[in-house]
Amino acid sequence: MKKYSHLTISLIAVATGLIFAFLLTLLTGKNPYDLLTALVRSMTGFNLQNIGSFNITYVLNWFLNAVPIILTGLSVAFAYRTGLFNIGGEGQIIAGSTAAAAVAILFDLPPVIHPIVCILAAALAGALWGLLPGFLKAYRNINEVVICIMMNYSGMYFCSWFTKRFLPIDPNTNERTISILKSAELPQVFTSTTSQFNWGFLVAIIGLFVFWFIIEKTTFGYSLRATGFNKEAARFAGMKVERNITLSMMIAGAFSGIAGAVLILGIYKYGRIFTTFDNYGFDGISVALVGGAQSIGVFLAGLLFGLFKAASGNLQLFNIPKEISELIQAIIIYLVAIQYAITLLLNKINMKKNKNQLENKVEGGNTSCN
Amino acid sequence: MDYAIEMLNITKDFPGIRANDNVTIRVKNNTVHALLGENGAGKSTIMSILFGLYQPTSGTIKVKGKEVVIDDPNVANELGIGMVHQHFKLIDCFTVTENIILGMEPKGKLGTIDIKKAAKRVEELSKTYGLNVDPNAKISDISVGMQQRVEILKMLYRNAEILIFDEPTAVLTPQEIHELMKIMRNLIKEGKTILLITHKLKEIKEAADECTVLRKGKCIGTINVADTSEEEMARMMVGRDVNFSVEKGEAHLKENILEIKNLCVKDVKGLPAVKDFSLTVRAGEIVGLAGIDGNGQTELVYALTGLCKAESGEIILKNQNITKMPIKKRLKSGMSHVPEDRHKHGLVLDFTLKENFIIHCYDSSPFSKNFVLQPKAIDDYADKLIEQFDVRSGQGKNTLTRSMSGGNQQKAIIAREIDRSSDLLLVVQPTRGLDVGAIEYIHKRIVQERDAGKAVLLVSFELDEIMNLSDRIAVIHNGELSGLVYRKDIDENDLGLMMTGSMKKVEAL
Amino acid sequence: MKKLLKVALAAFMAVGLTACSGSGEKDEVTVAFVTDTGGINDKSFNQTSYQGLVDFTKEMGYAEPKYIESKADADYIPNLTTFADEKVDLIVAAGFKFDKAIAAVAEKYADQKLLVIDVGWLDAGKYKNVQQAVFTEHEGSFLVGVVAALKAQELGEKTVGYITGGDSASMLKFYAGYQQGVWAVDPEMKVLYDNANKFDDVALGKTLAEKQFAECSVIFHAAGGTGNGVIEAAKEAVLNGKEKWVIGVDKDQYEEGFYDDAKTKSVILTSMLKRVDVAAYNAAKAVAEGTFKGGVVTYALKDNGVGLPENNPNLTDDITAKVKDFTQKVVDGEITVSETPVTNAENPNTTFTGSTSQN
Repeated sequence: MKKYSHLTISLIAVATGLIFAFLLTLLTGKNPYDLLTALVRSMTGFNLQNIGSFNITYVLNWFLNAVPIILTGLSVAFAYRTGLFNIGGEGQIIAGSTAAAAVAILFDLPPVIHPIVCILAAALAGALWGLLPGFLKAYRNINEVVICIMMNYSGMYFCSWFTKRFLPIDPNTNERTISILKSAELPQVFTSTTSQFNWGFLVAIIGLFVFWFIIEKTTFGYSLRATGFNKEAARFAGMKVERNITLSMMIAGAFSGIAGAVLILGIYKYGRIFTTFDNYGFDGISVALVGGAQSIGVFLAGLLFGLFKAASGNLQLFNIPKEISELIQAIIIYLVAIQYAITLLLNKINMKKNKNQLENKVEGGNTSCN
Repeated sequence: MDYAIEMLNITKDFPGIRANDNVTIRVKNNTVHALLGENGAGKSTIMSILFGLYQPTSGTIKVKGKEVVIDDPNVANELGIGMVHQHFKLIDCFTVTENIILGMEPKGKLGTIDIKKAAKRVEELSKTYGLNVDPNAKISDISVGMQQRVEILKMLYRNAEILIFDEPTAVLTPQEIHELMKIMRNLIKEGKTILLITHKLKEIKEAADECTVLRKGKCIGTINVADTSEEEMARMMVGRDVNFSVEKGEAHLKENILEIKNLCVKDVKGLPAVKDFSLTVRAGEIVGLAGIDGNGQTELVYALTGLCKAESGEIILKNQNITKMPIKKRLKSGMSHVPEDRHKHGLVLDFTLKENFIIHCYDSSPFSKNFVLQPKAIDDYADKLIEQFDVRSGQGKNTLTRSMSGGNQQKAIIAREIDRSSDLLLVVQPTRGLDVGAIEYIHKRIVQERDAGKAVLLVSFELDEIMNLSDRIAVIHNGELSGLVYRKDIDENDLGLMMTGSMKKVEAL
Repeated sequence: MKKLLKVALAAFMAVGLTACSGSGEKDEVTVAFVTDTGGINDKSFNQTSYQGLVDFTKEMGYAEPKYIESKADADYIPNLTTFADEKVDLIVAAGFKFDKAIAAVAEKYADQKLLVIDVGWLDAGKYKNVQQAVFTEHEGSFLVGVVAALKAQELGEKTVGYITGGDSASMLKFYAGYQQGVWAVDPEMKVLYDNANKFDDVALGKTLAEKQFAECSVIFHAAGGTGNGVIEAAKEAVLNGKEKWVIGVDKDQYEEGFYDDAKTKSVILTSMLKRVDVAAYNAAKAVAEGTFKGGVVTYALKDNGVGLPENNPNLTDDITAKVKDFTQKVVDGEITVSETPVTNAENPNTTFTGSTSQN
């Protein structure tokens, strides 16, 4: 049985998702060309139906949407490499958001330093939120998924209480804090555009590099991977498996926490009182899955899902229901999840091809036994 | 004589490698036909072709004289070909019958499963072929040998005429192996045909009528088993003369390396597994620990390596009490360990070969500098071990360990553990599931280590291995030391008595 | 496979070309709407505000207004910007969550006309093209407070209930007016207060309503989707033979209160209307007529910005008449309704202990 690379399978999944989406728009009486226009515009800024118009904002918004889910994707991928499933991204993001907002409002620091301190605080808060599930998994073998889900809710309620209790609330709405200090904001990269695209993208790039470096290049990453692949063998080789599991979950939490900070400092610019989840953490699961838990894969998958997020506005503008983009995402995730089936299918196709060739050969009298 | 299966001039190419090169196998009706070859000789490929998992690049297959195209396992099933896999495909919490009918459940009224009818048929089959299987037992409650018979029943239930056994004895105890051979004969008597894949010559000698030998993808020949000696078959398989007995000189004993004093260990259920066990291993000798599986060997080894803690007693390694030391420290203070379960404990199968070589020392110089791995040092080290220990794999040091043959996986572990040049070499079941060539090599290396002045503790369930390698033999029964004798003073019979606890003899202190 | 692709592509192109030529003429006034995460069919202010724009385009004979639904709070600015880039004449958004996004977009697009509903605190001097529509919810709530108290008296009770979805300043206006309305009828009547802290938790709404219904028979909910749970609880109680009533919010919720199969009987006593559709319609109309202006526009009782529905099948003539009297008094300024509620510490007849947020 021939194996296919993760990339091949992901590309097939994406193509299938798009074909389905086009067929579905056709079936629902919408114009598939509008779908194409919306997607192309969200990617390139060019409007196919109004040649000559170009708006860089759309391209920047694409990247803007990719940044948080790349970070949460790294979070899920990091835990996954140690054999853990981090479904606690939501709680970690909320913890990170709250910590970042607190530092951004309560401390007066010089620019550049201020956002960095905010991000570090958010990483710490996210790591703290990953500590408990990691610790319980490592030392008590309690399923991390259950603890993570509980931590999501306790994160939401605790941070909501914390914000209301300790941070100055915006009197107009009572639903968020006052604006963060100007010095803590992640400034726009291109101030001449209307996109909120900010220096948070640099954080994501650094995150990708750090992920790759830790996992692939360091001894710590080596022992994490060994633990992830085969806990028993790692223990046997004298590695500190329990410590690895706890640390891995904390680092995963830190990535999600940073995602929260980037959202607060770059987009919202105020502290939020969460009443529901934003789903960035759950998006991270899809990104990590489609990205094969590899640094470069998470980057590409983050861009892909970021595009679908960013395209939502354009799709609706061109009268395509926003559910279409969700549908494409669902199909992609589904197909990647059942990649074994795709492999099987490809093998069948190849086998048929080979058989045909074989038969052709037989007709040509070319069979040789030696 | 009619042929049940004929695979004629089969060639199978994979990218970059020819797995089968013009192989011809003809299996006569109503016989046991063995397929002999080392790991990697192309046995599994040819069987996968017969079972419809692969398509041959060229060649033809005939079943009962008729040419067929098998492009799907279902086609193989329809042709009456059934396979008993090496790793059983059973659902633990189902009963025997439920497992057997899985996928072709007999429907009763209203579409319900008529389990009673099925159970009756299973019982009948079991009786006919002397399988002695209780159709209502749960899989999790029956022994490995019984599970294998369930797999056989599964094939019979599906009316298979031709049964392929893939390394059937790898997981069985000697008694179970004997039982299986009897069952095979029964099957033949009832008109079935058997294709037996193995590399164990003894079994072929015992059960098979004819034998086709494969080497490096090529068909070496088909022989009549009765007329051929084991040595002859081994030579055909390996391509040179094979030495069954291990050559070794006198042991030169030196200082005590490992001292186990009154050790008590509990098993996972909290019951005493090792009881007041004392043993000393000196530099320059091989001490073989014999015993029937499940008599406390595993717990003893776990306690020595630190995977579980000792209840009481002491473990002294080179005059240092290591009883409470963490694993890493024990390894560092002079212990090498070839574990019993190489997939679970010995290797990270999803790592490359070179990554597996550094599993103990990844965090020390020269493989690590300031917590960063040093790829150059790792590559060089891997190249060195691969060359020294003749570890063979598709892509050298970058091969995914999972894709390597069992023998080469074991060689990789041996290479890693021996190269650490620890004073104590703890070897558990080092040759399980390996072919003759690999066994010979590994035995040679173990003796070499002894001669180099290392202390070797060999734990094995194979009596031959213990008898061949050991200078002294310790016997464990029910967690207690029931025998400690010099190799030269003992025969298999007495050893067997000690293993079952009917005799106690501790004299070679 | 390749063939199929070619055919499909050709089809896209063909349809695409025809689609291109069909876009609208430029002299139409174009309006567009951005929802919050509740979506366009939220049966609440997104839907109602958008309806105002639909009314406008229908009247003018234009195409239906476009809208974009936001998936997350972070989408507000990009979605508003999308319409601004399309050079839409008026962009409308409803809800206080939009305040910062509207301000940010107004800053980038100084000429873009924007209407934001329920926001009244943006700097009118700075954002000249932003109209901020606010409502005197306290006045409307005052009237339903009167209704609740009268109904309670009719049933011989001395307690009425109130369930909210949040306790921001704008939400507290509802409770403030409600208290005063109740006490205008009977100063000794007890006014319960419960905060679900959520606008989308039906189950929680139901639980809170069941709790309050143990003490009273009329509840006013200002809780969006959470309020559907309150209505649910009332229906269940009525079907079990008790007499329980709910006062709806924002729009006439009479139809949501049907509890019989024939859809003739409703648990909705009346509703506190907030005419966000009027605000949206007025702004669009003003753009068309060239009279659009920025700054805060207040929709009060006297402007029909808030109030009761025209038809209230569940109100007796007596109550209707009394409500009319009170309406006149508020319109005439004879009664001034305060925007801040009284706490339990100040008047033991309320269970409200203050906002949970620290200010």
